[in-house]
Amino acid sequence: MTVENPPAAPLSPLHTPHPYPGVLVVVEGIDGSGKSTQIRLLHRWLEAQGHDVVFTEWNSSELVRATTKFGKKKNLLTPTTFSLLHATDFADRFSTTIVPPLKAGMIVLADRYVYTAFARDVVRGVDRTWVRRVYAFALRPDVALYFKTPIDVSVARILNGRQKIKYYEAGMDLRLSADPVESFRQFQGRILQEYDAICAEFGLDVIDATRSIDAQQRAVRRISEAAIRKRRALAIEPRVTAAPVVERRSARRKEEAPK
Amino acid sequence: MKAPDKLPRFLGRGLPYVDVSGLTGRLFVVEGTDGVGRSTQIESLKDWLELQGHAVVTTGWTRSPLMAGAIEEAKEGHSLNKTTFALLYACDFADRLENEIIPALRAGMIVLADRYCWTAFARNGVRGVDENWSRDLFGFALEPDVVIYLRTDVEHLVRRVIARGKLDYWESGLDLNLGEDPYDSFVVYQERLIERYDQMARAEHFEIIDANRAIPEIQNEIRQRVTAYLPQPSAVV
Repeated sequence: MTVENPPAAPLSPLHTPHPYPGVLVVVEGIDGSGKSTQIRLLHRWLEAQGHDVVFTEWNSSELVRATTKFGKKKNLLTPTTFSLLHATDFADRFSTTIVPPLKAGMIVLADRYVYTAFARDVVRGVDRTWVRRVYAFALRPDVALYFKTPIDVSVARILNGRQKIKYYEAGMDLRLSADPVESFRQFQGRILQEYDAICAEFGLDVIDATRSIDAQQRAVRRISEAAIRKRRALAIEPRVTAAPVVERRSARRKEEAPK
Repeated sequence: MKAPDKLPRFLGRGLPYVDVSGLTGRLFVVEGTDGVGRSTQIESLKDWLELQGHAVVTTGWTRSPLMAGAIEEAKEGHSLNKTTFALLYACDFADRLENEIIPALRAGMIVLADRYCWTAFARNGVRGVDENWSRDLFGFALEPDVVIYLRTDVEHLVRRVIARGKLDYWESGLDLNLGEDPYDSFVVYQERLIERYDQMARAEHFEIIDANRAIPEIQNEIRQRVTAYLPQPSAVV
């Protein structure tokens, strides 16, 4: 089995298994769904099992953090620039933090993945097809878990855990309601609808996030373990030899020099 | 290019949440490779249009208030991959489109854009970014009324750029490892860019202007070509 460049198929790589020896596990869900707790527990367990694990989080790259902060403060962001900033962040983390460990045969855990953009950005108003095409370079995860939460449970968890709902988390930029809690409810409610469609479109595993934390974690571990075993069974060798990426054209250039 | 009285069109999937009715201004794009003299020509065109009574705004690649800092930082770092770079430039463009270009068109002004998405297509293409992906990415771009393409060849270009100062890292495509030194790299890189611009200019019906001439000659031709796209003077009431 080749582990070189994935074929440039007309189908997005999001619909075909990735070619690397590592395992990519992603969690999705609205704010307050408990996904971060679940991925943290999975992380500890996998490390205890002796796996090499890399963790990455949505919108965390240094490159765009300052820009996003500036844009929010100056109120410059539009649905499209907001979307493209997240895509830039993702592309940066994808090439530096996600693909290298996968090539090396490690496990990558991602708190939110492209499906977050497909859900949120569409609710903010960007074209559904456009945002999918923007992320067409992304790889399909081995495991994509969606923590399905009724909106009331999510609101209760958010209000219980924090002082205040954040402006963009509540979708206040959409002017759905002047009341942050009501805005959050409406915004996240719309995102839930998008997630339902995404689960069908991309085959995410749905976890009932109203169950107890340990019951959910058992399911998370069972699914992840099966995916790791499946990927290991493919016996793809980690890439340890350098691919010839540097193109030296000086000889050819002389032939093509302008007349 | 679109007829002046029709709704503006997008190059791809568009901006569903933006109302583009009533954009009565005009969008003129000047494309061409690095150092071809775009900004000089745009300045002069702006003066001429303003003397005729048109309100003109200019916008240029990477000049968005939102993204300028991040792009500068990214260029200094030399560590980003080509997809990330492409997205940074798309974000710069989107910011200027929504916060500068569309409001100016709504106010009935003439927008002169120094570079547009075709610059991204040429640069991305030379770097091996999937062409369809680049086009999809910029699907939110408004179709301009006219694209003026300042065409040169690498022989003329390289002398002009060297006379101006030393060869720039990015304008020489030094990130691509194309040659033994900046000069060799510049020649190969710019040849490849110009080839892509030429292909797009033919396929997409740009107004092609020979830029290997004196500045006033080029300017005269630009003025002649854009005249057809100017708003007709309305009847005096």
